[in-house]
Order: sequence, then C-alpha cells, then structure tokens
Amino acid sequence: MSVLAHVFEAAGIATIVLSSVREMAVKVAPPRALHCEFPLGRPLGRPNDAEFQLDVLSRAFALLEASAGPVLVDHPEVIEADEQPLACALPPRFDPSLPPAVDEARGLRKAYQRALERRGATSVGRVMVADGVPDALAVLHRIANGADWATAGLPGGNTVATCHDIRNYYEEAALELVDGPPPGGRAMEDWFFEQTEAGRTVLAARAAMRDAGAKFPIWFYMTPGQR
Amino acid sequence: MNGDQMMRAHSATLPAPEFPNPAWVTPKPLSESTVAIVTSAALYATGDEGFTAGDTSYRFIDRSRRDLVLGHWSPNFDTAAVKMDLNVVYPIDRLEDLAASGVIGAVAPRHLSFAGNQPDDVATIRLDTGPAAAAALRHDGVDVVLLTPV
Repeated sequence: MSVLAHVFEAAGIATIVLSSVREMAVKVAPPRALHCEFPLGRPLGRPNDAEFQLDVLSRAFALLEASAGPVLVDHPEVIEADEQPLACALPPRFDPSLPPAVDEARGLRKAYQRALERRGATSVGRVMVADGVPDALAVLHRIANGADWATAGLPGGNTVATCHDIRNYYEEAALELVDGPPPGGRAMEDWFFEQTEAGRTVLAARAAMRDAGAKFPIWFYMTPGQR
Repeated sequence: MNGDQMMRAHSATLPAPEFPNPAWVTPKPLSESTVAIVTSAALYATGDEGFTAGDTSYRFIDRSRRDLVLGHWSPNFDTAAVKMDLNVVYPIDRLEDLAASGVIGAVAPRHLSFAGNQPDDVATIRLDTGPAAAAALRHDGVDVVLLTPV
C-alpha cells in the first residue's frame, strides 16, 4: 500500500495510507500515513460502526493539510485481536455413517444459503461451489487418514483454494447463526479451527501432508501460519 | 504471540523498496476533491475475474457495487469483518456519507483493488500495473486516493 502511495502521488493524485504495519510505513515513507493498530483485515477498525469509521476517515483526511511530508500519525485507539472463539452452535450429528466434518458441513447448508441471499455475494467459488464443500471435506478426511494427497481428488488440485472455499462457507454460514456484537479480530478463525470438525479436518490433513513430505507452500498456507 | 502479532512481526522484517525523491502533491480543498479508494484486499465484483496467487493486476470496482468477493490468497488475517460490513475494508458507504454532507467533493465513479500478498520487490506493481491504475483514476478526475491495506 505504501509503495502504491508513491506511485499514485507521482501520477498527480494526493494519497493517504491507512497503515497496518508501522515499521513498513516508516521504511517506505509514503507521503501521508495514518497508522491504525487495529486487527489485520480491518483497516477501518470496527465493522458496523459508521461513527468509528468516520473518525478514522476524518483523521486520515486531516493529513491532507500538511504542507510537506512524509507525514506519519498514529490513530490514538489500539484495538487488540479478540482471541475468544466465536460462540456459534454447530449442527448436531445427523448421519453417523459420514465423517463428522462432512455431516457438519451438510448441516450448515441452509445457513449458508440464507447468507448468500441476504448478502448477494459469496467468497466460496475459487475451486468449488457450496454443494462441493462436503465432498472436499471428505477428501481432506481421507488425506488425514493416510491417503496420498496428490491423487486424493482435491478440487482443482489446489489445497489453498480448497481450504479458502471451506473456511468462507463456514464463516458466511456462521454469521447467520450468531447474534450480538460483531466478533473480534481472530474470533471467527479461532471458532473454525478450534471448534468445528471442518477446522480439525483441515489441520489434520495439513499435518499429514507435511509429514508425507509435501512441498511447504502446498500444506503451509492451508491455515494461518501460527496454526 | 497471536496471529496478528506474528504477521506484524513478520511483515516488519520484509524488504521494502526505497523512494529517494518522493513525489508530493499539494491537494486542492477536500470539499472540492474527488476521492477514490484503492485497497489491497483483492476484492472484486461478483462475475469479474478473480485473483491468482501473487497476482500483480488490479480490478475496478464500480461505485455502485456492493456484491464483492474476497480474492485474497493469504489465510493470515480476519475475513469475518468484511463479510459483515464491507466498509471496514472498503469504506464506500462512508465516502458516500461524506460526499452527501459536503466534506468531500465527490465519490469517484470507480475504485481499485489489488492483491496484497506480493513478491518482495513489488516491481510489476511499482513500474507497470500501479502507474496504469493511477492513470485510469486521473482520467476519472480523481484528486485524492485513500489506500486501505489487507
């Protein structure tokens, strides 16, 4: 972002960066940066809080009054990532003949559909449609139990895209199933990897691939790095 | 160390290009300026082409579109908030608010999305796709760009 700021400024457009990594803003020194120590993935800080977002924008646009740069100002509020898993009930076991994650994903299908109809968009679709999620989890279940990942039938043959679609399916469904304030920075991730059968299956398949000697980028980016 | 702390610590060590003679634009008054958003969240409108891993290209997002898809390939940041409220990454409704109240002059007719996870030297974005994107926004009469990172 800070690199692009220099590029746009050189083209004659005044730029303001909402910085998320302070050291990078110092090193690249874009003309104007407001550093926001907010959860990554939330540069405006708080979802569904127009007042807070307008405060961020107001402080950002105020930097246009500087007569010379680089200008680097810190937003006064720090928002920590929330490490409490989202409280979201999961469907009960329905068909015990299926792997738990496959059964679970089928049980979330209606919630996912409600999300799709309400939002009019979905981030599932990189290598599968929503109806392919249970099958993809069945493949990961087999890999976790020793099947060769390269020939197990992963959608698109792509581990990272497969896990993207599964996680987005779960997140979109979960947001239909919870009330209350918006979950904090890592709450959804913690819920998925620590409380869902799908998350456990992804982690187990990833570990099995690592142990079987799969190349680093193929298994590592199936989950956040700290997992 | 939680995921955000780990990613920030890692990002802080990445090599960064230097700009020894940076450009500086003296902007006209904000109330007369057309403002565009440029995000690195790899968002794109439903039906448009998605992003590949390490994609150095960009997508336009029409001012009217809210049916956006997450095209980012990194699993290392929160993707729940933007599903609840696009504005936490792409503050298009807030710009509309500010235009309606006269704080900014106008909302640009189209906005830009890049993919945030890039090769370390960011050479293509710096020398090719970035300048092309900037020229397109200049063509649209954009005076000010707000860059939002993911």
